[in-house]
Amino acid sequence: MKSRLLPLGLLLVGLIVAAILPATGLVNDYLQFVLISVAINAILCVSLNLVNGWMGEFSVGHAGFMALGAYASSILTVKLFPTAPTALLFPVAVLIGGGVAGLAGIPVGILSFKTRGDYLAIITLAFLMIVKSGLENIPYTGGPRGMLGIPRLTTVAWAYFWCVVAFWVIRNLVYSKYGRGISAIREDEIAAEAMGVNTRQAKLVAFVTSSFFAGVAGALFAHQLQFINPSSFDILKSTEILVMVYLGGVASLGGSLLGAGFVTILTQCLQPLGTWRMVVLPSLLVILMLFRPGGIMGYRDWSWLKPRLSIKPRGKSSEESQEQEKITP
Amino acid sequence: MSALLQTRNLTRQFGGLRAIGDLSLTVDRGEILGVIGPNGAGKTTLFNLLTGIYPPSSGEILFDGISIAGLRPSEIARHGMARTFQNIRLFRQLSVLENVRIAYDSQIVCSPPDALLRTPRARLREKESINASLELLDLFQLGSLAEDRAGDLSYGAQRRLEIVRALALKPSLLLLDEPAAGMNPSEAMQLTDFLRWVHGKFSLTIVLIEHHMQMVMALCDRIEVLEFGVRIAGGKPEEVKANPRVIEAYLGTEGDLP
Repeated sequence: MKSRLLPLGLLLVGLIVAAILPATGLVNDYLQFVLISVAINAILCVSLNLVNGWMGEFSVGHAGFMALGAYASSILTVKLFPTAPTALLFPVAVLIGGGVAGLAGIPVGILSFKTRGDYLAIITLAFLMIVKSGLENIPYTGGPRGMLGIPRLTTVAWAYFWCVVAFWVIRNLVYSKYGRGISAIREDEIAAEAMGVNTRQAKLVAFVTSSFFAGVAGALFAHQLQFINPSSFDILKSTEILVMVYLGGVASLGGSLLGAGFVTILTQCLQPLGTWRMVVLPSLLVILMLFRPGGIMGYRDWSWLKPRLSIKPRGKSSEESQEQEKITP
Repeated sequence: MSALLQTRNLTRQFGGLRAIGDLSLTVDRGEILGVIGPNGAGKTTLFNLLTGIYPPSSGEILFDGISIAGLRPSEIARHGMARTFQNIRLFRQLSVLENVRIAYDSQIVCSPPDALLRTPRARLREKESINASLELLDLFQLGSLAEDRAGDLSYGAQRRLEIVRALALKPSLLLLDEPAAGMNPSEAMQLTDFLRWVHGKFSLTIVLIEHHMQMVMALCDRIEVLEFGVRIAGGKPEEVKANPRVIEAYLGTEGDLP
């Protein structure tokens, strides 16, 4: 029980620190902006990793789900309830943003029943184009000009909170029956079916969860920048998230965190280089793919990110009881 | 003895090729049935039809009293039909334990919301599945390898793990597709003893595709012989061994020789 309370306590301390940090004046607006961006990108990265890493598909439509979340939440805060108390409205808006994106994940998930690999990648690309051109043609949300005057509601604390929720839920999923089914689909879909894995259900769970958190990230993103337009969510945005996933490590929670943090902070640090910064990051990616194709943390994770389960002692030789210790760190 | 599995006029057409034609077979509860035949006879296609990987072009499959033709492979697996593959198909990147747990998971009741929020109920199921899977691995002397990657195991251990994974489904019928492929005669005889033990221990019905004749003869209660997707003979091992049609299918007739 102690071991379960400790991480919870640490997370709470983190939340309190995140909440009072801006008030202390220790971090300026720019640093806050970077911190929020890291959190949003980490959410995007871990949610895309579910589909591209754990399930081994290749989705390039993540920015599309993000756009749906951003627009749905902004409609709520700007158009429908501009006067509602923000402390209540914002979490609801983020949840609804996630929900709308999650619903959009259903048809993409259904299409993944019959197609995979390159073909599914093209379907996700088509989805992205549909969302983008759809938003460009809706006058209600400003068409191609986008939405202006979105209240700045994304604080460091909220970004931190949603980031923790995203990692917690995706960790739960990955270390569950469905998560193992999702990994089995990556390894061998026919064998997975033959071993009783309901691959359709697993694919739906993966796509809906992944797109839900992309929507959450989109909502946070909109309320951070205070301005969104359809071209904020183009294929380049998807590519940016893909870079984080493959740099940090596929099928890894720690890798998602590393990838998002590394790419976001590096992009900021390279600002003085101007156009040359577009050379540094891709070169890094090429080098990494040559020497570590799975990314920094591919298929591995830190043990503190994995759930702990007590395992019944099996009363075998001492060699085997050592094995048990390996299983329960 | 009652029939556990029955096919009626089972046919599968691949374009112009009739891989399985009008096949009617019965597998009795508790028996070990051998399916033999030259390469390309349709043995693996038969397994793929039974397990739902291909739907049959026509015909019926009855398993444990229900018609399973057209069901999804995972549904058939959950009804208690497990299989191994001719070319081992483990989840290579995953651990030995995870391989077994994935098959065991089909018996776990845990809704997606339970899993996503890791409720106490979900945690309890997880614990059960780990313990049951480890127990099964221990039984097959694979417990000490539980955390190793399945793809890193030796060939023999991979073969064994594939059978353990199939058993984690708690099947009533086990389909083995050339389990002795790549083994020398003495290893094949060891496998024979192993399979006989598994058959008794888990009170299984087994259908075995195999080319090692010694093994088939020693293990099987009954043998069915296929050639070009059609059943050409069947019966007790000694009957099949003496059947001229079988000898012809395997060795050809004198007239075939130049």
